[in-house]
Amino acid sequence: MSEITLTIDGREITTQPGRTILEAAEEHGIYIPRLCHLPGLKPFGGCRVCTVLVNGRSEAACTQPVAQGIVVENDTEQLRAWRRNIIEMLFVEGNHFCPSCEKSGDCELQALAYRMGISAPRHPFLWPRREVDASHPDVLIDHNRCILCARCARTSRDIDGKEVFGFVGRGPARKLTINPGARLVDSALDVTDQAVNACPVGAILRKRGAYATPVGRRHYDRAPIGSGIETPAELTIDRGDQP
Amino acid sequence: MSKPKVATCSLAGCFGCHMSFLDIDERILQLVELVDFGPSPINDLKHFTDRCRVGLVEGGCANAENVRVLREFRTHCDILVSMGYCATSGGIPAMRNLVSMEECLREAYMEGPSVHNPTGRVPGDLELPLLLDKVRPCHEVVKIDYHLPGCPPSADAIWAALCALVSDAPIELPYQLIKYD
Repeated sequence: MSEITLTIDGREITTQPGRTILEAAEEHGIYIPRLCHLPGLKPFGGCRVCTVLVNGRSEAACTQPVAQGIVVENDTEQLRAWRRNIIEMLFVEGNHFCPSCEKSGDCELQALAYRMGISAPRHPFLWPRREVDASHPDVLIDHNRCILCARCARTSRDIDGKEVFGFVGRGPARKLTINPGARLVDSALDVTDQAVNACPVGAILRKRGAYATPVGRRHYDRAPIGSGIETPAELTIDRGDQP
Repeated sequence: MSKPKVATCSLAGCFGCHMSFLDIDERILQLVELVDFGPSPINDLKHFTDRCRVGLVEGGCANAENVRVLREFRTHCDILVSMGYCATSGGIPAMRNLVSMEECLREAYMEGPSVHNPTGRVPGDLELPLLLDKVRPCHEVVKIDYHLPGCPPSADAIWAALCALVSDAPIELPYQLIKYD
């Protein structure tokens, strides 16, 4: 099989056909920020945090396959601003009280915000009213923190073979459901399901495991998300200029 | 040359950020060399007499008094900094935004399991500042120049930010100092 050559931010890389841009970049130590992407699941392209420019056109790097000779822009000022905007919108759209969240320090949304140097979201907070479903003996869902990435739904369907989760509503009314109207305890969810681990934020949590890791030893306490893939960028707090 | 002045205040916060500020420990001696204090809970001065270089604001705005103080700080400070998660994002006080004001007051003063209130009334004295409909982060009320996240921001983060601001240096915080918790 012949190799494909493409450039990412001016750097020429070679990869196999059939890879996505995100996978090809990762092979060569280039980190493209992502949130809804989870290795092992089919590419989804939901969150658009991995948006790159391919020959000048915006595409989700997690779904877009590589092609011979394409020119990809990843780490540019414009794309950083777009991604930052998405993360800030996710923060104001839900109710993310980091100081009291069990997932703080291990949360991918928070880690992306840290990496991008977001000191506060610049959009007005929406403070939606959402529910907590603690009916299940071992797992709870806090919809306040749900970012609708569908990682739980896709994992449950494709890996656990259960389809415990689904979505209802469109646009701002979209929400995660357990068979509309049902509670988590009525579903087929087991605490051992992979879907329980799939949540990037603190929306799906295993009970009785909170705050087990001391501050300083959690996933993203010392090094930014993505630093396993590349060397960390210089991070500073920036001024809260309007988008 | 006179030293730059720093003012601080705690709005709808828990004073945790001020406690963290005091965690600079022996650097407080350097601080005295570096700045003078305007109004602050640290010296208990209540009113501005001069312009201040930096205002550190802890807490968001939960009531009319918070808004008044915040506006006063904006008027008298060259650089206004939201310090801590309540100031930057509303924080714990903003959890009341998820229920109606009526529900919140009924729980707090009438129906909460530990409430002893024989009159059954919600406090309504004219001396008490009116509550806002929602608890707001400071930047939804006045222009804020810098946000220093953390619950609380660590003493190192506050120190690094303050030193940079009073010496006109760019603020560069290492990754480990940017935290939301």
